[in-house]
Amino acid sequence: MTMNSHIPDGKLEEKWSKHKANLKLVNPANKRKFDIIVIGTGLAGASAAASLGELGYNVKSFCFQDSPRRAHSIAAQGGINAAKNYRNDGDSVYRLFYDTIKGGDFRAREANVYRLAELSVAIIDQAVAQGVPFAREYGGLLDNRSFGGTQVSRTFYAKGQTGQQLLLGAISSMYRQISLGTVKAFPFHEMLDLVVINGRARGIVARNLITGEIKSYTAHAVVLASGGYGNIFYLSTNAKGSNATAIWRAYKKGAFFANPCFTQIHPTCIPVSSHYQSKLTLMSEGLRNDGRVWVPKNKNDNRSPDQIPEEDRDYFLETRYPAFGNLVPRDVASRAIKLVCDEGKGVGGKNAVYLDLTDAIKRLGKDVIEERYGNLFEMYEKITGESPYKTPMRIYPAIHYCMGGLWVDYNLMTTIPGLFALGECNFSDHGANRLGASALMQGLADGYFIIPYTMSNYLADLGFEKVSVDRPEFKEAENKVKEQVRRFLSIKGNRTVDDFHKELGKVLWDGVGMSRSEQSLKTAIDKIKVLRAEFWKNLKVNGTDETLNQSLEKAGRVSDFLELAELLAGDALLRDESCGCHFRVEHQTDDHEAKRDDEKFSYAAAYEYQGEDKPAQLHKEELKFEEAHLAARSYK
Amino acid sequence: MKFTLKVWRQKNAQEQGSFVTYEVFGISEDMSFLEMLDVLNEDLTLKGEEPVAFAHDCREGICGTCGLFINGRAHGPLTGTTTCQLHIRHFKDGETITIEPWRAKAFPVIKDLVVDRSAFDRILQAGGFVSVNVGSAPEANGILVPKKNADEAFDTAACIGCGACVAACKNASAILFVSAKVSHLSLLPQGKPERRTRVLNMVKTMDEEGFGNCTNTGACEVECPKGITLASIARLRREYCKAKIKG
Repeated sequence: MTMNSHIPDGKLEEKWSKHKANLKLVNPANKRKFDIIVIGTGLAGASAAASLGELGYNVKSFCFQDSPRRAHSIAAQGGINAAKNYRNDGDSVYRLFYDTIKGGDFRAREANVYRLAELSVAIIDQAVAQGVPFAREYGGLLDNRSFGGTQVSRTFYAKGQTGQQLLLGAISSMYRQISLGTVKAFPFHEMLDLVVINGRARGIVARNLITGEIKSYTAHAVVLASGGYGNIFYLSTNAKGSNATAIWRAYKKGAFFANPCFTQIHPTCIPVSSHYQSKLTLMSEGLRNDGRVWVPKNKNDNRSPDQIPEEDRDYFLETRYPAFGNLVPRDVASRAIKLVCDEGKGVGGKNAVYLDLTDAIKRLGKDVIEERYGNLFEMYEKITGESPYKTPMRIYPAIHYCMGGLWVDYNLMTTIPGLFALGECNFSDHGANRLGASALMQGLADGYFIIPYTMSNYLADLGFEKVSVDRPEFKEAENKVKEQVRRFLSIKGNRTVDDFHKELGKVLWDGVGMSRSEQSLKTAIDKIKVLRAEFWKNLKVNGTDETLNQSLEKAGRVSDFLELAELLAGDALLRDESCGCHFRVEHQTDDHEAKRDDEKFSYAAAYEYQGEDKPAQLHKEELKFEEAHLAARSYK
Repeated sequence: MKFTLKVWRQKNAQEQGSFVTYEVFGISEDMSFLEMLDVLNEDLTLKGEEPVAFAHDCREGICGTCGLFINGRAHGPLTGTTTCQLHIRHFKDGETITIEPWRAKAFPVIKDLVVDRSAFDRILQAGGFVSVNVGSAPEANGILVPKKNADEAFDTAACIGCGACVAACKNASAILFVSAKVSHLSLLPQGKPERRTRVLNMVKTMDEEGFGNCTNTGACEVECPKGITLASIARLRREYCKAKIKG
């Protein structure tokens, strides 16, 4: 299989317009002859289903949740970036492009990132037209806030529920298409295999989670928008159901997987409090607009925070990074937090630092802070029992987002013709570190504004002919899925799925977490292999496959995580440099900043599946920087 | 801490369900309610029994998936809280806790504590949208929305579709849910041309789905985890009357 990024020629700012002009079209009357399957109903999936439905294609939309509206984009808090320059503060498409490339530590593809910045403005228009209730000023115009890694205010927001509002907007457009008959939704359905016929993606096998029925669905093209694999770490800010199954099984059918080791750790999450903790909760990056991060200057300072005077506090982000202060990018903030905690300065000697809004409350008043962050403060209080209006929040980094994912070309098509990947499940736009408020932007740009164009280009050459579910390729995939389900139920061992998942999470957090070394990675890989072998011998799943069986669902997802984990750790071992979120302790500057090696590693690592227990084959996509100058990132 | 849990178990939609009593031990006050159920389920699995099916996903109070009727109240004893955001510190050590699914004709039980809320989706599909195709949106700041309206629209748009309003209502009415979407959109200038058909279609679908009628008991408002108030029901009624009269 080959990899061609299909980046159009010409100047960066003209690439997308020229490319659009050259893409082939499908006549309106012919569009209804094409079936498209979309997996996932988050921002990318819902917007793709809606916009493809609007064009007249027959769309089948699958999600494992009980309703499309519940996909985990719903939980995104802080906002969405767009280069509108409504603040007159020097923003532009170019600046958003540059911030994103730099924020990603020069490990993303320039052409894709420029297009993303270019499309950002239209996303806001679309969302407002749908009735998304963004925050507004008294004059009725849209309001903005700032996010990390930028020096402008370009983030549009709806309190701390921006993801919810944008998703409900996209879902409303998708529901409109359902009412018009172009989109059919399949909630409570999980894709368990991709079907490839004559080298093209032609359908899927999905399991009905209520009845257990395993069935094939055919299409002319398949769009994966199934989100990230952060749950591989067990404890993450992802929803409990978020998983890598769709992309992993596509990988095993020939789609390349790129940069699996680029997993983002978000600096401001509520710290782990108990052994039974089932997930971690984010406190939005938006809070760093008004919040100050600090620890007591002296170790073992057990005074309550209000008793610690200014001179005994270390506002370490402000002192380390005066230019960006508390709004440094996530990877930089996370590492700085880890550093002070490792020095033993964490609050109460634990892994936690203060995120303090006391100054902002004094300066702006409680009402303003409540309006901006009220729901986050409430959430914090519910979880910890402490009110951030009175006591500074305690926070610590946690796994949040995956920049890595399926490799795609400029058309968002994977290495399997007819298989597209949108949103978090692809690798394309964020390099080694995503800037805050850019995930929503990417999901919607992919779904509303890119896939409608590149899909027609693909279908125009394909022909209308449908494939039958009776073909051997479908039967074989169905049998394989059924066999796996039977196997989970028949092992009858002594350990639960969650037990395996927790152990995998710990192995990864210890070895492939915020800091990685050759030794930690090799240890992790050995442990993953042992754990995976035990999983298939000692797993215990009760019940049957004929009703809702949540343990059985989890078993499938964890079995995929156990395979992906090895690729992730292997990629981290191979990438013998530090960049963005990927911090190899062997490669750091004197003041503990990440040290890139552009000579050797200025490429996207794309892996091709070679079969069970065989090492994946590495393909390199060299990254060429024509506009952005490769430089050491500095936020000082 | 330890608790006695009386949990509703039901194999599927067809079979009768009943309460089964379980004891859970070693629960800490910082755990969430759902984490206590995780502990129960791990225990049941190791004993060779089927774990209790319950719906959950984000566990941060926003996806609207979770929903348990705890000690006779939707989402448990606190107000303004989803089940996943309820923590054990609000219960007394040794307490007996009764856990049931949402009960409403329009929300048939799928298994144990999981119910089918697809009726909500069908109501939204009947009109809970602004008809705007991608590509035809005007410049965002070309549409001015007074801050007060935008804020009020946001407050109702914050509905997570969990169904607590239906579960809390003795009539199993979905009026708070429907009114939240109707209020959100009727407070904004966008989608104004379809304002009347929207409310008529959504209310019609609500009735067809088998939800009960509203008798103003206000139970929905008390249990709504997102604080949506009866004011939005009043707005729905105004919108409905206007639509009926003006046609």
